[in-house]
Amino acid sequence: MNALLRVEGISKRFRGLLAVDRLTFDVPEGGIFAVIGPNGAGKTTLFNMIAGVYKPDNGIITFAGERIEGLAPDQVCQRGIGRTFQIVRPFPALSVEDNVIVGALMRRNDVVDARTHAHEVLRRLDLYDKRTQLASSLTLPDRKRLEVARSLATDPKLLLLDEVMAGLRPTETDRIVSILRELNRESGLTILLIEHVMRAVMALAGRILVLHHGASIAEGVPGDVVRDQAVIDSYLGAEDI
Amino acid sequence: MMFSRLFENVSRRMLVLLAALLIVLFGAPFFATDYLLTVLILILYFAYIGQAWNIMMGFAGQLSLGHALYVGLGAYTSAALYVHFGIGPWIGLLVAIPIAALAGVFIGYLAFRFKVGGVYFAILTIAVAEFARVGFDHFAWTKGSSGLFLPVAQFTRNDLWLLRGQPVMFYYILLVATVLAFVFCRALLQSRMGYFWLAIREDEEAARSAGIDTFRYKMIAVVISSGMTSFAGVIYAFYYNNLFPEQVFHISRSIEIILGPIVGGVGTLFGPIIGAFLLTGMSETLIAALHAVGLDIPGAKQVFYGICLLLVIMALPDGIWPWLARRLGLSEREK
Repeated sequence: MNALLRVEGISKRFRGLLAVDRLTFDVPEGGIFAVIGPNGAGKTTLFNMIAGVYKPDNGIITFAGERIEGLAPDQVCQRGIGRTFQIVRPFPALSVEDNVIVGALMRRNDVVDARTHAHEVLRRLDLYDKRTQLASSLTLPDRKRLEVARSLATDPKLLLLDEVMAGLRPTETDRIVSILRELNRESGLTILLIEHVMRAVMALAGRILVLHHGASIAEGVPGDVVRDQAVIDSYLGAEDI
Repeated sequence: MMFSRLFENVSRRMLVLLAALLIVLFGAPFFATDYLLTVLILILYFAYIGQAWNIMMGFAGQLSLGHALYVGLGAYTSAALYVHFGIGPWIGLLVAIPIAALAGVFIGYLAFRFKVGGVYFAILTIAVAEFARVGFDHFAWTKGSSGLFLPVAQFTRNDLWLLRGQPVMFYYILLVATVLAFVFCRALLQSRMGYFWLAIREDEEAARSAGIDTFRYKMIAVVISSGMTSFAGVIYAFYYNNLFPEQVFHISRSIEIILGPIVGGVGTLFGPIIGAFLLTGMSETLIAALHAVGLDIPGAKQVFYGICLLLVIMALPDGIWPWLARRLGLSEREK
């Protein structure tokens, strides 16, 4: 498979702290790729570099054959990368529907078209019945799915999900897992996710990258990665397997 | 295109209410006394500017505390062109709008390019308005601090082209302007840009990551708002016939502009109108009532504004309109 996203030797330093250290990996087109690792490993920094929030100090990020490192977040989104935030940030005073319409309008000039598209996305994420509610009135699981919906409405080729399962109950987790798997299978959406919930990672990911102190300590298919001694020592712990 | 969905989701009740309001406003000069007419002119003046200010703050979330700048630039540009070259106000408006918009671009570019946001943006808007006030004090072409005067005569007929005439002419001009501003703002809110503005207002970083070029859309909001506001300045100049930098650009003018929309409801279409009616209408009533019982208290109006603002902020922090809409059964989203 071709790489949709190619990360080559990127680093980011905050003052003295090396948050991401010469990281290299490929996300194959149509795949689901997970990044795991302990807190402070540099996962969100990595995401922010891909999404255009930070410019890497070194290295190259290529998306669909085009260099994207250093682009602004809106330009990255326009190229076809959608993202969610670890701490959800829907537009609180807007309705669920309007939140998603904002995303849909990125590639649509007509508000009526955008609304139609928003409704499709809302149905996919089981939020259609709540479309007239204000985003601020939603529960956390609903807000997490709204965040995914808004991002999905921009028609991304690659979706960056920053801990969308964190804080959810197992049934809610399974619900999102099945929605994501369906999106990946039916529309060929490539997904790059950061996740702590191993249950979701194991169910979804085709490949896993393990970060520790900003560097990759293991990469491969899930079955191999969870048996890797370095990964067990630094992150998973023996009893998880 | 842009106006094709104006009536989408508008309830019958709302339409009836709007129609009644329009009829009352269009008929008012036939019944109003001269004094009442001047009060109504003030109300419409503030309703119109409030609507323009609301585009920046209520829609795009950028707090301007210096809108007197755009009023002043519109007023001085059109008045100076008239006094010096005999150029009529409508042609003057075509010069005033770009000048005011350019001032907006200057402020917006400085702020948005260098990420000056929130209160710091508000301070920047005050600073530029104050700069203009001091600058115009020493600007000989517009007669500096001694004031710029338009020739006044007893007008027996209304010259719409040169805006020389009786108050009733200004009333109808402002009424048409207010109605057009209302319709325009609704169309903006329903447009693609309107959605982007609300997203920026709600969460700028999230808006950016949803693909919105926030710099561009904030700039457009400033340009539209400042350009619209300059029209009110043109009317101001030709209605009052005198301009003093101390008055026109003063910060209290900027504050007066924003009180109406805040009391009425920031970000709503009816907020600026209700706020203008309430504040101007009630304060004039109060002054008239005080005058009738033989009391002329300087500053009574300001104290009244203060009390109104306090009450609304405590009881209805979202402003009067959202509450009123619920009470009238109109709360289905007014956009």
